[in-house]
Amino acid sequence: MLLEVKGLTKFFGGVAAVKDVGFKVSKGSIFALIGPNGAGKTTIFNLITGALPPDSGTIRFEGRQLVGLKPYQIAAAGITRTFQNLQLFSGMTVLENVLTGAYLKGRTGFVKSLFCLPSKNREDKRIKEEALALLEEIGLEEAAGLPAAALPFGQQRLLEIARALASGPRLVLLDEPAAGLNSTETRSLAAYLKKLREKGLTMLLIEHDMETVMEVADRVLVLNFGHVIAEGTPQEVQADPEVIKAYLGEDDQVA
Amino acid sequence: MHIADQLLQLLFTGLTLGSIYSLIALALVTTFNITGILNLAQGEFVALGALLAVSMYAAGMPMAAAFTVSVLLVAMLGGFLERFAIHTARGASGLTLIIITIGLSISLRGLALLIWGTETYSLPAFSKGGPLFIGGAAVNPQSLWIFGLTAITLAGLYAFFELTYWGKAVKASVINRAAARLVGINPHTVSFLAFTASGALGAAAGIFIAPITMTTYDMGFMLGLKGFVAAVIGGLSNVGGAVLGGILLGILESYSAGLISSGLKDAIAIIILLAVLLIRPEGIIGAIRERKI
Amino acid sequence: MWKKAILRPAAVLLLFAVPLLIKSNYLLSILIVIGLYTIIVQGLGILMGYAGQVSFGHAAFFGLGGYTVAILTTRFHWPTVLALPAAALLPGVIAAIIGRPTLKLRELYLALATLGFGILVHIAFTEGKELTGGPSGITGIPYLSIGGLTFDSDIKFFYLVWITLFLILAGINNLVRSRVGRALRAISESEHAAENAGIDTAKLKLQAFIFSALLAGLAGGLYAFYVTFISPSPFGFHASVQFVLMAVIGGLGTFWGPLLGAAVVVTLGEFLRWAVPLVIPGAGGEYQIIFFGLILVLLMIFRPEGLGALGKCLKLSPEKMPGTGIPSKDI
Ligand SMILES: Nc1ncnc2c1ncn2[C@@H]1O[C@H](COP(=O)(O)OP(=O)(O)OP(=O)(O)O)[C@@H](O)[C@H]1O
Ligand SMILES: [Mg+2]
Repeated sequence: MLLEVKGLTKFFGGVAAVKDVGFKVSKGSIFALIGPNGAGKTTIFNLITGALPPDSGTIRFEGRQLVGLKPYQIAAAGITRTFQNLQLFSGMTVLENVLTGAYLKGRTGFVKSLFCLPSKNREDKRIKEEALALLEEIGLEEAAGLPAAALPFGQQRLLEIARALASGPRLVLLDEPAAGLNSTETRSLAAYLKKLREKGLTMLLIEHDMETVMEVADRVLVLNFGHVIAEGTPQEVQADPEVIKAYLGEDDQVA
Repeated sequence: MHIADQLLQLLFTGLTLGSIYSLIALALVTTFNITGILNLAQGEFVALGALLAVSMYAAGMPMAAAFTVSVLLVAMLGGFLERFAIHTARGASGLTLIIITIGLSISLRGLALLIWGTETYSLPAFSKGGPLFIGGAAVNPQSLWIFGLTAITLAGLYAFFELTYWGKAVKASVINRAAARLVGINPHTVSFLAFTASGALGAAAGIFIAPITMTTYDMGFMLGLKGFVAAVIGGLSNVGGAVLGGILLGILESYSAGLISSGLKDAIAIIILLAVLLIRPEGIIGAIRERKI
Repeated sequence: MWKKAILRPAAVLLLFAVPLLIKSNYLLSILIVIGLYTIIVQGLGILMGYAGQVSFGHAAFFGLGGYTVAILTTRFHWPTVLALPAAALLPGVIAAIIGRPTLKLRELYLALATLGFGILVHIAFTEGKELTGGPSGITGIPYLSIGGLTFDSDIKFFYLVWITLFLILAGINNLVRSRVGRALRAISESEHAAENAGIDTAKLKLQAFIFSALLAGLAGGLYAFYVTFISPSPFGFHASVQFVLMAVIGGLGTFWGPLLGAAVVVTLGEFLRWAVPLVIPGAGGEYQIIFFGLILVLLMIFRPEGLGALGKCLKLSPEKMPGTGIPSKDI
């Protein structure tokens, strides 16, 4: 198992946003987290990436305990993410965003950066080539020199994915990557995710669009009010009465 | 003088100093609670209030009139600055707003320097007669005026925010902007009023302390900073805590200046500030709502 | 491209011909002061414009550098060549010690903690009589001499300061275009995203803080050798605010911003010192801070990106402003 989460719990001021959540993700799979708004999905991402400390529970990645590590250490361990509310470096160009995502590929420190060293230039060149290749793969090569903020929303989401991939992670957490995309964009995103899986990448996916989840996910975990209410293959979960109830309940509230 | 008398004397000095800091801290905390802005120009309101009153008194105005006019003028200045700088920059980052209040503070100080020069001024005490003796220690009657002003201000703020409809509505509007509109509170007006009131309170504090401190163009900087230290000790958003913090700071300063070295007086406040900020940041950071990721 | 290759050396040459062209020691001394301040503001600019952290206490590092030189050369009779690096090192070490807890604080609290630190150091200069000479300071600092060269005239000092400045500019030019420079900018844009890219934000902020303290200390050491006399007054809170003003006026996160900011503020200060007494007879003292304060306020309200951004509007070499995004051809 690549990722093993056990007994994960997080309270916000007495209210449990995540309560005793456990799941296992095998290597090279797409594992989806679904659930109504406020179910605790993003909070689980924040706990895995170290942005928030859990109140209890363990998170093992490649056998290594992640709880207690700083976010940058978790990134260095091979886990990166995208954000539900985009967190692009909007003052940078598209290429610079990806180069920054590839930070872990470089070695040059603060002091060396002040000088013009051949080793540094070689490193810069290599990382830039890889970043451009990644942009091409994701279809943003034309926009490489544009300010990130100038991109249309759908491309900003893609750029966040590119940035998350730039350091060569082994697990990527995608928080609603299709939100705000039109149906064509969503379908090509789904295809891209499947392609990444073929290359051996493991992904955790939060997604509200059921069609996408059914299409790409290998396994699905359903949350409601911070609790796990079901886990299984997309087909199993879809047929689960608890899940239907949770979603219908939500529909009632919305209507 | 007996050592016990000396300690008592230092205590009274400390209480007087502490009341002054408390007054400034009260103004800071009230504006911070209402607007989320820490007004680093608050100390200049104190200095300007005192200097204006000094000039008007010297020009022959009765003390009560000089007091009233100077409080009104500084209140207007507070309101004007809110409209001119804070309101115009609304929506800017917290850092921008701090830099703005620092800019206002040094401009006001420069203005005071231009008008009043580097001389030291003073006002006569509010009431005639020599010091009162308690135990073996002397208490300046002006200190009693200052205690009185602090007590009235604290009681007034408490009564306004806890007992009146408008006070409660303002408190609610700080927590929830949407609710503010519902009860008919306009946040912009409230911010304007908060700065006006803190101008008035600062000026009043300045005039009350003018008879017992050196009134100079640059007195506001350290006073404002110490008011801030008092507020930080008290938790930054807590009115009662601000008063306690001020008193504690005053007493600590008085004893360290009296028993160790007078040069240490200003350093003590800064050391406390750094200690609170660095060692117990969670105590004050709690005042700012955690940002959602 | 070829234009740039000619223009830049030409500008540098012109600058280095300045002492031969102007015979006025007054102008030369102003250029020296601008150079010294630019060194400080470059460090502060990395801290504020790139790492996104504010400091209202940099005059303390400037002063620590100055006092290090004054004390080491007059009390301990160190050779001047050794005292200068010590002037940079000591503030750097102090920054390393205070930086870790301080930089955990955010916005308001960071501003106040650095402000408090600055005032505390200033009090130490005034009160530490045995070591610092108290309010009257230390006189008789020897001239800096490196090898056989003694910097005993304004012309020599001009070259010393501006060559140092250009070396630092070159270093910063490398830095901001590097992996570390991008990481610093990432911190000020989104700390969460930066950490998630594997950037140790706490360490990098600390490094930027130490770097800025080193530069301020170096400027302080040079300043002490230049005026050969030191007292607490140039290192107070006003000086810290002025450095922030210079950084902001020039435009945060821009390459030429620090130089522009230092030049504007110093020139404006000199102009006001000359002009205000003409308008208000008998005005004395540091009243020009009225205008500095007002400019700071107006700038923060209407043009937080600084005057440097005007250059961008006029299409003056946008590629020199990595802070606002380097066009791709330059990477
Ligand atoms: N930093 C925080 N502080 C306090 N409460 C929080 C914080 N983050 C999340 N919450 C609360 O925890 C609960 C779960 O939130 P979370 O963002 O994880 O939901 P989600 O499943 O991602 O929902 P959505 O589909 O709307 O994104 C919510 O009630 C939310 O308000
Ligand atoms: Mg979410």
